[in-house]
Amino acid sequence: MIVASRKSVADLREQLAPYGRILIVGCGTCVTVCQVGGEKEVEVLGSALRMAFRIHGTPKEVLEATIERQCENEFIREIAGTVAEADAILSLACGAGVQALAERFPGKAVFPGVDTQFIGILEQQGIWAEKCIGCGNCRIGDFGGICPLTRCSKKLLNAPCGGARGGKCEVDPNLDCGWQLIYERLKSIGELDRLSAIQEMTDWSKSHEGGCRVIVREDQRIS
Amino acid sequence: MTEFEPRILALCCHYCAYGAADLAGSMRTQYPPNVRILRLPCTGKVDIAHIMRAFEQGADGVIVAGCLEGGCHFQEGNLRAKRRVGLAKRILEESGLERERLEMFNLSSAMGQTFAEIARDVTERIRALGPSPVRVAGCELRVVSWEASDDSSETKGGETER
Repeated sequence: MIVASRKSVADLREQLAPYGRILIVGCGTCVTVCQVGGEKEVEVLGSALRMAFRIHGTPKEVLEATIERQCENEFIREIAGTVAEADAILSLACGAGVQALAERFPGKAVFPGVDTQFIGILEQQGIWAEKCIGCGNCRIGDFGGICPLTRCSKKLLNAPCGGARGGKCEVDPNLDCGWQLIYERLKSIGELDRLSAIQEMTDWSKSHEGGCRVIVREDQRIS
Repeated sequence: MTEFEPRILALCCHYCAYGAADLAGSMRTQYPPNVRILRLPCTGKVDIAHIMRAFEQGADGVIVAGCLEGGCHFQEGNLRAKRRVGLAKRILEESGLERERLEMFNLSSAMGQTFAEIARDVTERIRALGPSPVRVAGCELRVVSWEASDDSSETKGGETER
């Protein structure tokens, strides 16, 4: 899922200062699971902003809505009526959701209410970790199911750097060494010989470095 | 000028703090009437949204009162509430309210005297802080009441302002 983190109430209050009536829009998918932008968080932020604006002498009306997925027009359509009543939208979805709202409602100011961080998983309750950088050319199978581009701080493909100590990364001792994990994993499945293969350089043009990516699938198109 | 009388909401666990409050009453122990009790099945039921809503609607202080640590009827509801209260304090502070307006307490149902002491301490602490800045800024206390509709199978909410 896409993992995001909370922005401070003070930052949001400053950003929304010029607008009268604000609509907070939550998303029922990734940001609900990482407990940053779902229905509950919309409710909490709604209260927080209403109180903050009132305390600072600029009371505003703050409306609340949460839709199933903010990255799909089909669901965005459901809130079109409420959006029409608002002067600005505060989206608690990932960057995709924020931009989907901006595209769908060209006449409305749209602001991000969260900081989108990464594609990751819930490791333990309350701990989310990055697992994928969306490079566009997945080779995880060659590394026993562990992505060196994400898990190795130096993005090395052909062996560890040698700087790890006790299985921890020299860039940040709180991080596991990605290559230690790859070695242990390949050893446990009996495929250590995979490490003798030379990996080609990553073609970063297939990632975001090659520009904004668009996938067109003729088999899926209906018009 | 009359002295400021704080309005304090106490979110009390059915298995401990609510029993303690009841015991304080049975023991005829005096405590300030500023504390309004709301019974919950467990403090694990407390959501940050409940706390925020209380402040938004004019509470000067909120206390969450749960079982002694290790004594939760549902094992760890009070520990979860403790973490949520921690985050709620941060959000309140970011919103412009003093974090001291929200506190969590742990007690057992046998601690009627302690409940009364907590009620007295919190009332004095909130009195010293003064009215909630939300109230000062012009919040009207909204009293939400539920009335039976014409159709007895349904109920509808009605809000009155005072």
